Amino acid sequence: MTNTPDLPNQGSASPTTTDLEPGGGVLDAGTYDRLLEPRSANRLPLGDGTWHLLSRNYVWVRLISTLAVLALVLAAAVVGAVLLRLGWVWIPAGVVTVVTVWTLVILPRQARAYGYQLREDDLVFRRGILWQRMVAVPYGRMQLVDITHGPLDRVFGIAQLKLVTAAATTGVVIPGLTQPAAELLRDTLIAVAETRRTGL
Amino acid sequence: MTDPAAVADVRSPLSDGEWHRLHPLTPVLRGGLFLVVVLGIVITNLRDRIIGWLFPAVADLERYEADPVDYVVSNNLILLALVAVLAVLLLLLGGFWLSWRFHTLRITGDDVEVRSGILFRTHRRAPLDRVQGVNLTRPMVARLLGAAKLEVVGAGLDSNVKLEYLSTTNAEAVRADILRLASGRQLARASDAAGSVPRGRAAVATVSAALTGLIDGAEQPVAEPASVVHIPPGRLIGSRLLSGSTLWLLVVVAAIIVGSVVGTPWVLFTLVPAALGFAAYWFRTITRALRYSIAPTPSGVRITFGLFTTITETLPPGRVHAFEIRQPLLWRGCGWWSIRVNRLSGRSANDAQSQQFADVLPVGTRDDVERVLRLFLPGISAAQWQELVVHGLLGPYDESDPYVTTPRRAWWLRPLSWRRNGVLLTPDAILLRRGLIWRSLVILPLARLQSVALSQGPIGRSQKAATLTGHTVAGQVPGAVGALDRDDAVAVWQQAATAVIEAAASDRSHRWDAAPPADPTPTTIATIDEEEGRA
Repeated sequence: MTNTPDLPNQGSASPTTTDLEPGGGVLDAGTYDRLLEPRSANRLPLGDGTWHLLSRNYVWVRLISTLAVLALVLAAAVVGAVLLRLGWVWIPAGVVTVVTVWTLVILPRQARAYGYQLREDDLVFRRGILWQRMVAVPYGRMQLVDITHGPLDRVFGIAQLKLVTAAATTGVVIPGLTQPAAELLRDTLIAVAETRRTGL
Repeated sequence: MTDPAAVADVRSPLSDGEWHRLHPLTPVLRGGLFLVVVLGIVITNLRDRIIGWLFPAVADLERYEADPVDYVVSNNLILLALVAVLAVLLLLLGGFWLSWRFHTLRITGDDVEVRSGILFRTHRRAPLDRVQGVNLTRPMVARLLGAAKLEVVGAGLDSNVKLEYLSTTNAEAVRADILRLASGRQLARASDAAGSVPRGRAAVATVSAALTGLIDGAEQPVAEPASVVHIPPGRLIGSRLLSGSTLWLLVVVAAIIVGSVVGTPWVLFTLVPAALGFAAYWFRTITRALRYSIAPTPSGVRITFGLFTTITETLPPGRVHAFEIRQPLLWRGCGWWSIRVNRLSGRSANDAQSQQFADVLPVGTRDDVERVLRLFLPGISAAQWQELVVHGLLGPYDESDPYVTTPRRAWWLRPLSWRRNGVLLTPDAILLRRGLIWRSLVILPLARLQSVALSQGPIGRSQKAATLTGHTVAGQVPGAVGALDRDDAVAVWQQAATAVIEAAASDRSHRWDAAPPADPTPTTIATIDEEEGRA
């Protein structure tokens, strides 16, 4: 399940594809092919341009890590109830279980709502279905680009890319890029930011 | 590293590109508190003995066992004790002297550097083109000794370079030099001083200036530009008494009275600490804002305030990331407004001092607001000002309101202020107008905006509404306006996103005084690279 077949991005033939698009299909290799949106007609519109999406492996990583936490909680609850005869541990354990199961249910949908666009002078990032959010970050404002990947991320070949500006509230974190895409994106962003550098 | 010709003609002897020492009284001023504490402990412990020594009549009332002084006297160790005390004093003095010797500063064409520490050396360097402002603080005691603290505000968290202490005149000169160097103006033009000063003579000059300061006692007169705003003390006190905290006091008093009637009358006694607390709060805020002045200088807007501890800060143009003009409910009858800003202060956002630095106008009339804003945003035309004030501050008048406001269908999201709640995109700023009871107008200059966001939750979606947020550096001014029509919000978001890029590309304010605009100064880029390499 780590090797999902590479799918061509159907949206990449958009007319506003910029000259910044790096390295052919690297950004879209192994990603979803369609961005998920709210059904209501009042939603924030997608606009034009190519949306790059997250890696399909991101959901697996999140599922495994969330299930691991859930298993730990349940194990602790069983130990507490059986060995220590504490009846009340089922109350917090039940709450945690309900919340976690709900997270698991909406997780695949959330993952498919993440997207980013490389425009001429800025990066547009979007996420969320119930709570939609779109941010436009000019390349010149980038202070640094941060890539992190944990052990589980490495197994599935994904990485998290964080984009830092002088404003802490910008909050652009792209959680599940394929590792080649993350590295390519980092190099591209830094190269572009260098040519468009502005003051603070 | 720096061009010697460029730094040779600096006016102040302290900023000639060489290492210099600080004010000789620095260790006393910095370590003064420690000495006072030690002295206090010693005196409290020996109090009875000193009293007995001064007034022999009361000496025999009590005798203490195991007194170290008795022990010293009875064992003939007086000489040894004196030697020990002397050694400790010498060690302290030596330490102070060494720390002063090792604390040096250097101002080159590119950065401000400070080296300090005896065993653990620190070396801090701030690139000049990232200087966000210079603060000059004169605490009461230092002011009497003619000394001042200088703080060069950098762009990152905890990135300030502190120069404490300098003599007042030197501090002014160093501040002027730093700002002139940061502005990118050629120094040779600004200076008519004779050549470079040798290092030895510069140090002598520092010491002699300090000694003069000591003898003169009070602070030296410093040429201060005339303030454009004058706040009468009465208005300041009145504005503080009419602030939101007064409402809280009334609530607390009411609660206490009700409590004493319903419950026990003893509750009434809590009135005293409450009143004392509020009095202390008012006293602090009022003395801090007294002697306020704001004036334009070639190197930026200069703001001075404080009765006991005087703080002077100089904000270079283009360092303010957001403005908020506010009017609490109780000020409306008097027509008062206050201005807060978001700026990089080198401190964390919830630091008390950074809140203090956020206020650029504690209280003022509409004319004062206009004068202060014109200092920071000189590009505003009369027509724009009309737009800003008539519609922005005082709300929608008629159909000619240029702001994009909350649509009628979403009125219940902003039940009181839905006609007022709105946004306006001008060629160089986003204006956010909010609030009916607490009126406020936020100005976000596009050239400093970091990113623009659009968000929508389930409630907003049901009303086809969205929230627009401009992201600036952390501060007191929020940059969001909600409950806008979705299509309007998307349009403003798209226009703002492109306008931010244009504004940032044409903005030259980080080297605000450099003569030719088409000069991307290679030294600038080199400094940034070095900075990132170290980080």
